[in-house]
Amino acid sequence: MSGASPSVARLRDDVMGGRCTPSDSVHAAIARANAVGAGRAGLNIFASFDHDAAREQGKAVREQLNEAEPGLMVGVPVVLKDNIATLSLPTTCASRILAGYVSPYEATVTRKLREAGAIILGKTNMDEFAMGSSTEHSAYGPTLNPLAPDRVPGGSSGGSAAAVAAGIVPVALGSDTGGSVRQPASFCGIVGVKPTFGRVSRFGLVAYASSLDQVGVLGATVDDAARGLECVSGHDWLDSTSTELAVPEFHCAAQASMAGLVVGRPKEYFPTSLDPRIRAHCDRALDRMRALGAEIRDVSLPHTELAVPAYYIIAPAEASSNLARFDGVRYGLRVAGHGLQGMYENTRSAGFGPEVTRRILLGTYVLSAGYYDAYYRKAQQVRTLIAGDFSKVFASGVHVLFTPTAPSTAFRLGEISDPYEMYMSDIFTVTANLAGVPAMSIPIGRIDGLPVGGQLMAGHFDEMTMFRSAYALEAALGAEALA
Amino acid sequence: MPIAIDDVRHIAALARLAISDERAAATMGELNTILSHMDALSAVDTAGVEAAIGVGARGTPVRADSGPPIPLAIGFDAFAPSYRDGFLLVPRLASHESTESE
Amino acid sequence: MTSAGIDTSAWEMVVGLEVHVQLRTRTKAFCCCATDFGAPPNVNTCPVCLALPGALPVLNAKAVELAARAAIALNCNVHTTSVFARKNYFYPDSPKGYQISQFDQPLASAGYLDIGTRVDASTIRIGITRVHMEEDAGKSVHDRYRGASAIDLNRAGTPLIEIVSEPDLRSPEQAGAYLCVLKQILEYIDVSDVNMEQGSLRVDANVSARRQGETALGTKTELKNLNSFSGVERALAVEFERHVRVLASGRTILQQTMLWDANTGEVRPSRTKEGSHDYRYFPEPDLPPLILSIAWIAKMTHDLPELPEARRQRFVAEYGLGAYDLDVLTANPRVSDYYESVARAHGDAKTSANWVMGEVLAYLKANALDISGFAIRPADLAQLLDLVRDGVVSHTAAKQVFARMVLSGDPPAQIAEREGLIQVDDDALLAGWIDDVIAEMPDEAERFRKGEKRLQGVLIGAAMKKSKGRADPRKLNQLLDTRLGS
Repeated sequence: MSGASPSVARLRDDVMGGRCTPSDSVHAAIARANAVGAGRAGLNIFASFDHDAAREQGKAVREQLNEAEPGLMVGVPVVLKDNIATLSLPTTCASRILAGYVSPYEATVTRKLREAGAIILGKTNMDEFAMGSSTEHSAYGPTLNPLAPDRVPGGSSGGSAAAVAAGIVPVALGSDTGGSVRQPASFCGIVGVKPTFGRVSRFGLVAYASSLDQVGVLGATVDDAARGLECVSGHDWLDSTSTELAVPEFHCAAQASMAGLVVGRPKEYFPTSLDPRIRAHCDRALDRMRALGAEIRDVSLPHTELAVPAYYIIAPAEASSNLARFDGVRYGLRVAGHGLQGMYENTRSAGFGPEVTRRILLGTYVLSAGYYDAYYRKAQQVRTLIAGDFSKVFASGVHVLFTPTAPSTAFRLGEISDPYEMYMSDIFTVTANLAGVPAMSIPIGRIDGLPVGGQLMAGHFDEMTMFRSAYALEAALGAEALA
Repeated sequence: MPIAIDDVRHIAALARLAISDERAAATMGELNTILSHMDALSAVDTAGVEAAIGVGARGTPVRADSGPPIPLAIGFDAFAPSYRDGFLLVPRLASHESTESE
Repeated sequence: MTSAGIDTSAWEMVVGLEVHVQLRTRTKAFCCCATDFGAPPNVNTCPVCLALPGALPVLNAKAVELAARAAIALNCNVHTTSVFARKNYFYPDSPKGYQISQFDQPLASAGYLDIGTRVDASTIRIGITRVHMEEDAGKSVHDRYRGASAIDLNRAGTPLIEIVSEPDLRSPEQAGAYLCVLKQILEYIDVSDVNMEQGSLRVDANVSARRQGETALGTKTELKNLNSFSGVERALAVEFERHVRVLASGRTILQQTMLWDANTGEVRPSRTKEGSHDYRYFPEPDLPPLILSIAWIAKMTHDLPELPEARRQRFVAEYGLGAYDLDVLTANPRVSDYYESVARAHGDAKTSANWVMGEVLAYLKANALDISGFAIRPADLAQLLDLVRDGVVSHTAAKQVFARMVLSGDPPAQIAEREGLIQVDDDALLAGWIDDVIAEMPDEAERFRKGEKRLQGVLIGAAMKKSKGRADPRKLNQLLDTRLGS
């Protein structure tokens, strides 16, 4: 897209070098949003935005320029998925139950972005409470794929992916519970990173499935995503599952080559049923990596086929509990009814959409008396086996794994109505969430003009090797990624 | 073990979701379809396999017994559906008999 | 207990108690909000305890320490790994829609408590099934607004331990004894205010009945709303009789929750329909397991404050206290500490005991005070006793000094000096008072001289009065004998 946003590095350099002010950068981003028709009647990218507030932020960032160590994101406009708490804009998770709700506190990632000098342009549309793979299940209506407006952008971080793909911002935050950053990145032809569980604080990320949720970053390029992730990563005492490990400078992985790396090609991710055109793009990418000096090794992650069933037990179970707090008592929607129970039922039934309701019911069922062992406990045991698959492969000398990100390119709006068929679009991504390992999607080609993503996965907290591979592959593919 | 219509009503009640008879029947079908795919799990031998809990094997961190709490940037009246004299008001429990609660 | 028409003698009561104890921390279990009692509604709240979207729990180290201390004092096995779990239920005072508790992997298990001895001198030992950590709910006020309940979340998230006993209790009296012993231990180890009126200690009872000699457990009911120890005993007796009445007539007991009404002395079924109590427990994904090292548990065990039984034994050995004194002086750890400080500083254990049990406790009781707020420091009381022993002030004067010490907190010697209560042993002064008395009471003096020895008290008393209590009574007696010696 000709009017695309400059990169994170470029924007920061220009602002630091005085070639452009933070306000200029905000104005330009707003202009791009208007130009692509990001509004409700157009691509419907935003859940909310406040251009005046963004302009004010732009002015405020100017002050930071005089500081000894200006932030990593000085003058960079960003957008945040609507499940990340912000003080300046509502945080609704695209749900009626949180219509108009403004959080009285902000997420750690929001604070980190602000402190790094980023300017929050708006909050992005999503599948309600991050439950979905198409951004069609939103109280705001569906977001359209900027590359093909009759198609979905993927989900659940579809608004963030679309904002980056439409060139409005170079980087955006999403959340990835089963692929919700990587799959929309794949559908929109951009880069999407889900870091290791614990790398980024979840404090202020409205929980869908706590043991799987992780804030992720969508970037126009690997470098944009690396810089965005670097900014939001790090220990946070407010999240008891956050790691104390130091954060490497992910963007420095650009300097390293792939020579000597062992790239695993897990056969379970290349089933005979895989779209041959997607397979061909993956093969090409693997060839490019081999040419860069990487060793391509066939490996097996034998429990992969169990990942979707395990995921769709664990995630709804946790969701059914996490969403119990939306009860009309302290905040959000309240719909009166007969007594307290009537109020609860009317509020929740009116507030949650059909997919959220379905998952709450499913999750309630698998946790209920008599079914816990058969479903929830079993799924958590299978999760251990899946995590074990990854541990074994990485212990065997494999540095990164390469797979397709999704089994298809972006599908048409309304094309998939069967819930389980929709769940299967997460087939290649849920494993990384179940195992807690880092994973990312980068564009590796197109089919009929629609982007195809390739997924890289690495060992726990080894984002550096993952980025190293991604930088190298991105450079090696060059314009091939658009063909 | 397919879900029956009464199971749907039971879990809807547990989850405090009102569900019409029509929706209950449709939901039963959807959940049974989804759960039929989950049956793959029951075929897996997981004897002796630990259930995955608590990512982060080093145990939960603890904090010092001191403040301050995370402040609220806006007051209750800005977000609470029914707020009076500092209290959050809810419809009175039809079945309440004493001031003791769970 | 017996009541008209019901013969329960063929039946045995089986009781297990679930005791919730608020831990005395400054901040809540999972957030930094204060645990102050009595703040205006919803003032001590934050994103975490309001369950705002996106907020996460972080465990309070002090709560873990106090919980482990209690578990160790109750002879439990503290586990190196325990797991927090979510107990899911909807109630307006449970903001998250679940309570963070512990379920199949509690902090500690398999303890016991000795509550006395049987006739045959064997110990009555009550098993403790488990001790686990959890968080308190908020409060609901139902009578303040028409048609509405008012929710105050200040208490939501306060750390609790739940102490679950085995069904080892066989009578209301045993249940009462168990609670007294438990409360005393918790006071000694300083983990809680253990105040039932303020709700820092709460008791639920599981009760069932079976024919004497049977070993299988009968169907139990859960008794709630027990707001005092005596209420627990009364409620158990009433509910047991109900069980027996139902069972004896061939009907069956319904497993249900019963509410005790202290005003009417009745139990009635709780009508609260909280679903079918399907709490859907699962491990809390926001908190990794609680891992305690063996070394840490050993240190907690080593640092455990002295327990009541150990102190009783020591007080007998060190201070030679009799049974009654022992009971009074070890009932409360702070009184006990106070006594011990006085006894150590003064040296005479018996005199110290008499003063603490007499003057000190009487004063506290009369003024409804706790000893922690008592104005007289143990060292000052010991000094006062020293003054009496050394003859510097009389016993009578000492009580006056005590009364002033309570008010001012000044050292006893200073008060005695200032108030002119130093004992007078100057023969000239003493003789003067005796002579005055003889002159003023010639009749009594004469009768005394003639051998009516019981008048000594009257005459010495009069002389004491003249001295304003300062005279050394021993010397006064000598002088009286010299003057009117027979």
